[in-house]
Amino acid sequence: MSLVHTVQRAHLRFDLPNFRTGDTVRVHGRIIEGEKERIQVYEGVVLRRTGSGVDSTFTVRKISNGIGVERIFPLHSPRILKLEVMSSGKVRRSRIYYLRDLQGRAARLRKIDPRGANESDAAE
Amino acid sequence: MHKGLFGRKIGMTQTFDSEGNKVAVTVLEVGPCPVVRVKTTNGKDGYDAIVIGFGARKPKHTTKPYGGQFKAAGIEPTLHLREMRVTANDVDGVEAGLVLDAAAFSVGQKVDVVARTKGRGFTGVIKRHNFHMPKASHGTHEVFRHGGSLGTRTTPGRVFLGKKMAGRYGFERVTAQNLTVTQVDVTQNLVVVRGSVPGPNGAVVWIQEAVRTVK
Repeated sequence: MSLVHTVQRAHLRFDLPNFRTGDTVRVHGRIIEGEKERIQVYEGVVLRRTGSGVDSTFTVRKISNGIGVERIFPLHSPRILKLEVMSSGKVRRSRIYYLRDLQGRAARLRKIDPRGANESDAAE
Repeated sequence: MHKGLFGRKIGMTQTFDSEGNKVAVTVLEVGPCPVVRVKTTNGKDGYDAIVIGFGARKPKHTTKPYGGQFKAAGIEPTLHLREMRVTANDVDGVEAGLVLDAAAFSVGQKVDVVARTKGRGFTGVIKRHNFHMPKASHGTHEVFRHGGSLGTRTTPGRVFLGKKMAGRYGFERVTAQNLTVTQVDVTQNLVVVRGSVPGPNGAVVWIQEAVRTVK
């Protein structure tokens, strides 16, 4: 496997911040529309992280005009220009699919301080 | 015959191209392949060819006639040996003992990879010939993966030659054509091609210039 790893390593990104399921993140993605190129900011809750190495992806869910939207991003994609962790939510499992069945106030996560000190209620 | 080299299939992974698209690639370890003999039109062979080897063969597995081929070149007997027909220009400057490596390939080049597919043993018609599965309902019983009838009745009264049936499947020579080389690393004998390659990881493959290129 060693040669496969050397090939993979060149494609890994080490510049992205650590984040986990339940965190609210802001993804600055590069969108190519024909000739033009623009940056789209997508903000939502991380539903899950999957895979390992260059294969890893994460799913971000947000409510857009009342409709739930989920996008899957390859973690190491060069199309991700910037990734910001806005806040962290308290979750007890690695895949928070139950969020899909909840609406409004119920779909909020209890926020946690990055250091895990103070816990307070806040909208997602 | 197109110029090629021996290699080994290491495995598959994903990479990103310059536009950020995910690309499935196969990692190959190519060479080093020593040149065992060079045949020329003007020499006693009467045609131009390069004989190359790959891998190490144990002395106890080396017969005298086989090992004798390497004596003149002064190299250790190799596990694999193959002759490739080339043009007179290609023979120029190549002599026995020269070691060919991944530098023979360049990024963006189209290549063919020849290898033996994974052996699947005795296989039914569904997997081997892509037959459809019989109905699972409407009164069907005890036939789940059968191929159906073998033919008609008294006329012709026999099964036609070549009728697709169950049998040994896999371990056959297959060429994956026109794969794009995405990466070459000479120090590690590494060649990365786009797409899949026949055979299991670790299998010996033959990688050569593409025979047919798409216009």
